[in-house]
Amino acid sequence: MKVSLFVTCLIDLFYTNAGKATVELLERLGCEVDFPEAQTCCGQPAYNSGYVKEAKEAMKQMMRAFAHADYVVTPSGSCAAMLKEYPHIFRGDPEWEEEAKRLAAKTYELTQFLVDVLKVEDVGASLHGRATYHTSCHMTRLLGVKDAPLRLLEHVKGLELVPLPNAHQCCGFGGTFSVKMGPISEQMVDEKIEHIEEVEADYLIGADCGCLMNIGGRIERLGKPIRVMHIAEVLNARN
Amino acid sequence: MPMKIENGPFWKRVEENLNNDFMRGAVAGMQDRGYVRRLGVIEELGHWEEWRSLAEQIRKHTLENLDYYLMQLSENVAKRGGHVFFAQTAEEANDYIRRVALEKQAKKIVKSKSMVTEEINLNPVLEAIGCQVVETDLGEYILQIDDHDPPSHIVGPALHKNKEQIRDVFRRKLGYTKSSDPVELARHAREMLRRDYLTADIGITGCNFAIAESGSITLVTNEGNADLVTALPKTQITVMGMERIVPTFEEMEVLVSMLTRSAVGQKLTSYITVLTGPRDEGDADGPEEFHLVIVDNGRSSILGTEFQPVLQCIRCAACVNVCPVYRHIGGHSYGSIYSGPIGAVLSPLLGGYDDYKELPYASSLCAACTEACPVKIPLHELLIKHRQIIVEREGKAPVAEKLAMKAFRLGTASPSLYRFGTKLAPGAFAPFVEDGRVTKGPGPLKAWTESREFPAPSKERFRDWFRDRQKGGNPS
Repeated sequence: MKVSLFVTCLIDLFYTNAGKATVELLERLGCEVDFPEAQTCCGQPAYNSGYVKEAKEAMKQMMRAFAHADYVVTPSGSCAAMLKEYPHIFRGDPEWEEEAKRLAAKTYELTQFLVDVLKVEDVGASLHGRATYHTSCHMTRLLGVKDAPLRLLEHVKGLELVPLPNAHQCCGFGGTFSVKMGPISEQMVDEKIEHIEEVEADYLIGADCGCLMNIGGRIERLGKPIRVMHIAEVLNARN
Repeated sequence: MPMKIENGPFWKRVEENLNNDFMRGAVAGMQDRGYVRRLGVIEELGHWEEWRSLAEQIRKHTLENLDYYLMQLSENVAKRGGHVFFAQTAEEANDYIRRVALEKQAKKIVKSKSMVTEEINLNPVLEAIGCQVVETDLGEYILQIDDHDPPSHIVGPALHKNKEQIRDVFRRKLGYTKSSDPVELARHAREMLRRDYLTADIGITGCNFAIAESGSITLVTNEGNADLVTALPKTQITVMGMERIVPTFEEMEVLVSMLTRSAVGQKLTSYITVLTGPRDEGDADGPEEFHLVIVDNGRSSILGTEFQPVLQCIRCAACVNVCPVYRHIGGHSYGSIYSGPIGAVLSPLLGGYDDYKELPYASSLCAACTEACPVKIPLHELLIKHRQIIVEREGKAPVAEKLAMKAFRLGTASPSLYRFGTKLAPGAFAPFVEDGRVTKGPGPLKAWTESREFPAPSKERFRDWFRDRQKGGNPS
């Protein structure tokens, strides 16, 4: 099966290891991974800030870049949810509406793709330690992917998965919210970290690099001994 | 108390409230207990998503035919001997109610909870003509005697006060001498209020739902105060936002069930009262005269716009109760009697962007509000629409942000520019990087690095790694 990877701008630039793990994992499960070089950003930073015109240009570029793809897989619930919004955003646009629908229909978040399309739950990963999983808001509420990551993590050998208290609460990232409303965002991420500490997790696992950058950045600043990992890295781990 | 709370600029309000540990503890406790309770009653009801769709459909249908149902309502109220007044503005509503009070030579007025009378700032108008106005909802009563402290929550207005603070207010204002035990406090308030009910000339209520087919109004409380407000005084005035209407009892029943479950996690509240017009011959109690004041005050200009869904609101505060931003900054930070996500959407619509331009940004767009809303208002999407208007129409976006977004457009619409720009990133960041991270960021990054580390860009972009690997170059 050929899958086209939308790696997201955060992973392309900052979290390359999560991208590499995604490729290796998909290949190990028998997929041929294609990386369309023309991909840029899903448009969310501009769209959510109210810059719809600017966002639409990025979105059109994404539609062009992935026009050939059978499956678009992305290791981000939030970016996947954005792609799923394209038909709504381009509704009534004769030139782009159909393409937007096509892209939305063939887009999958990574764990969703593994569980729903490849029908695997045990990817043969192993990682030793106590971990908790952060359910990112866009992935659960907008994309509706709730169980897939947990099912995959439950099969990781050596991993003790403990539920995160108040898991439903936002970590305070929210894209530009984190800088526009910095002092409020800080209180939100501190509460998230308190809950992570409460369950004495060695690892915090997430499926969205935005949240992980936020939680991880605060954990680093506070000097807490918690390792932050993208779920692709966990599912690709063999130790 | 007008819709706007005069308590300084946005960031001053936020800072004050972030430092208010008691308020934050009370809000977090309320949210956490409420979350569990609400999920419990939702599960018990079953088929929650279907109920939400039905409730949404009822609200949408009513709004699409609002003129029809308002006409039907007013005809039926008139048939039962009531008076109906359509107020286009807050002033018109206040003038009408003042005229009724003057005509009745009212000295004392008792009120049950009503957000719309807060919105139109009714109480000072009545006080100016010499009426004593007594709020009878316990929360509102506490705020009123505490020198008109503004409400911080649309359902639990005094949420920000603890029992010791309430005891102190009672001591200062009512000569109270007992403890801070809530039972004793409530008993004292009840004793004070009973006298007021018996001696009031007019009772003023809000309205949870007006029923068009019968000309009735529905009041939902746990304290039973609305029943006394409407049973004892000779004149009753009910004030409603023009959208608070349902076609028939059948829809009312659905929405009341959604309201009580979403607002307080109860199957039903202690009192759900339906009243139709003035007292009939043979009725044991009820007013001799009934006035229904239907308030527009900016609502009709929302109709027919992309913001119309906000008028579906049934004021349950489920969105407030799950909002992680409200959790930390509390109600007063919003500077409006309408706080939380619904307040962030509604306040700029009713009060304008000058006073409320920060509110659409006071959200991480986590969509907890949209998920909780029993009538499916897409709250977080409406916040994005506000942002779009602030950027495109109001021109109120900061210059640096506009420039950044211009760069975003250039960089993301062109794959070659994107590749070029991202290639430069490690070099551009280099002066700020230490140990693979940025601790003191420049420009907009500064706000990030005030509290968090920012990652340094990888030396090799993902796309470079992938290309090398494809070439069989350097797989890692």
